[in-house]
Amino acid sequence: MSKLLEVRGLTKQFGGVTAVSEISFDVGAGEIVAVIGPNGAGKTTLFNMISCFLSPTNGEAYFKGNKLTGQKIPQLAHLGIARTFQNLQIFHNLTVLENVMMGAHVKLKTNVVNAAFRLPRILKDERIAYDLALDAIHLVGLEELMFEQAGQLSYGLQKQLEFARAIVYKPDFIMLDEPMAGLNDYETNRMAGYIKKLKSEGISFLFVEHKMATVMELADRIIVLDFGKKIAEGTPDEIQQNAKVIAAYLGEEVV
Amino acid sequence: MSKLEKVLYGNRLKPFLFLVGLILMLPFVVKSSYIFTILILIGIYSIVTLGLCLLIGYAGQISLGHAAFFGIGAYTSGVLTTSFQLSPWLALVIGMVTTFFIAYLIGIPILKLKGHFLALATLGINIIFYILILGLNQLTGGAAGLIGIPSLSLFGLPLTDKLFFYFFVWTAALLVLLLSLNIVRSHVGRVLRSIHDSEIATETLGVKVENYKVAIFALSAAFASLAGSMYAHYITFVAPPTFYITKSILFLIMVMVGGAGSVWGAILGTTVIMFLNEIIRFVGHTYFGISGEVEIVVYGLIIILIMMFLPKGLMHVISKPIQKLKQKKKVKIKSHKDMISQKGV
Repeated sequence: MSKLLEVRGLTKQFGGVTAVSEISFDVGAGEIVAVIGPNGAGKTTLFNMISCFLSPTNGEAYFKGNKLTGQKIPQLAHLGIARTFQNLQIFHNLTVLENVMMGAHVKLKTNVVNAAFRLPRILKDERIAYDLALDAIHLVGLEELMFEQAGQLSYGLQKQLEFARAIVYKPDFIMLDEPMAGLNDYETNRMAGYIKKLKSEGISFLFVEHKMATVMELADRIIVLDFGKKIAEGTPDEIQQNAKVIAAYLGEEVV
Repeated sequence: MSKLEKVLYGNRLKPFLFLVGLILMLPFVVKSSYIFTILILIGIYSIVTLGLCLLIGYAGQISLGHAAFFGIGAYTSGVLTTSFQLSPWLALVIGMVTTFFIAYLIGIPILKLKGHFLALATLGINIIFYILILGLNQLTGGAAGLIGIPSLSLFGLPLTDKLFFYFFVWTAALLVLLLSLNIVRSHVGRVLRSIHDSEIATETLGVKVENYKVAIFALSAAFASLAGSMYAHYITFVAPPTFYITKSILFLIMVMVGGAGSVWGAILGTTVIMFLNEIIRFVGHTYFGISGEVEIVVYGLIIILIMMFLPKGLMHVISKPIQKLKQKKKVKIKSHKDMISQKGV
């Protein structure tokens, strides 16, 4: 399997605290990798370093052989990386359709000048954005709510909307930060369904999640963090048997 | 395609034609030269507030310094036509281009600031500009101001005639409105509103947020400069107090009162505030014997009341019932296949 994402020795120190220490792993094409760990293990910090929101103290990440570390955030979308946020970041004052159409930005050539003079390119772009947005909206089944303000949707629907917005431009690699957090069982199953469907289309995922049932069901490989260090990596079955992982989650027996 | 635009952003032709009709009709109704002057000033200030509305209402970036850009336009026109005998038209264009680049260069560092900090930085720009025009008295005439700025003339037609100038100003304002509408009703409009809601998410989608913020800042400054040049050629006299921060605040109040979320609100707000201004001055002077800038006190009250009771501005009050009426129609268009069959036409 060809490597899509390569993480090499990522380390982040906040003052004297080492939040993430020497983490290395790969994500192959068409693979779903989950990052799990107790609260404060450094999952989100790791996530933010890969997606260039934080610059690492040490180490690098590569995507398709390009160095990611040090890139500007907007550049990632152009490389084919999409991400969602733990604390939902949707555009509250835009309609659902407009939110999803925003996701098509990297496919469009609209700028302030050709928009101001309404050059033919604009109409073409609107059509591209609309077509792409419609596909994504169909996938998550938000057709009925297309013209509602995004801020008025329920939390579960907003999560689906954010997911739809991330997949509009058909990225190769999607990073999800706790995609199931706050969702009920029905919504969780639906979200898992979308992820599986996109995986079958060859898209890779890296996600952080606390709901173990979902992780075990979806992930091809799991990486376990504890106190900023990688303590285990393997298939769901291997992880469930791993003594270190059990100790991290349940505590060690003091004898 | 046009159908999709209509569903997303409503009709724009009808309100536009309504405004054009109103502008054409007013000269027949209004005979008072005094009110005509106010109508001309509304046209001039609308150009500023339209740009400001794009910046504040759409992109969510505040500016308390647009009187400086208004002033750069006015003083460029004034200085170039009096000291260098340049054509007023050329001076107007030079003013716009210069302001665009100045604003672009200023915008790059200061638009990294957010909220109150940005407000203070833009306020600083305004104060710096004010000090410069006071200090550079060789060029600008200092506190005494600049007199004898020539009037504009178009194809040999002197625009000193109020009627001609009225049509000229409003043609320019309508063009600016059209450009603004085009921007707002396109992908760029969505980008700007996205930046307002969540900058971080907008960046993640591949938008170079910095570039958009700076471009809109510079564009709104260029609009302000255009208005400034027109102002200089209309009044034929410019002096520093016109371009102090009180004017910037006035522009801001116009945008807020009209409703920052809509470009139509900019024109409405400008009109309301301009007439209110005259009423306050008249009432204050004749009934209370107050001279001086009493309107400032009332503005303070107005902005507090608007923020408390009408945070979306007057335009929202007007457009809401219209939208409700249309809601029933919309449900029919909403049927999905209908939209798909229409797109691309």
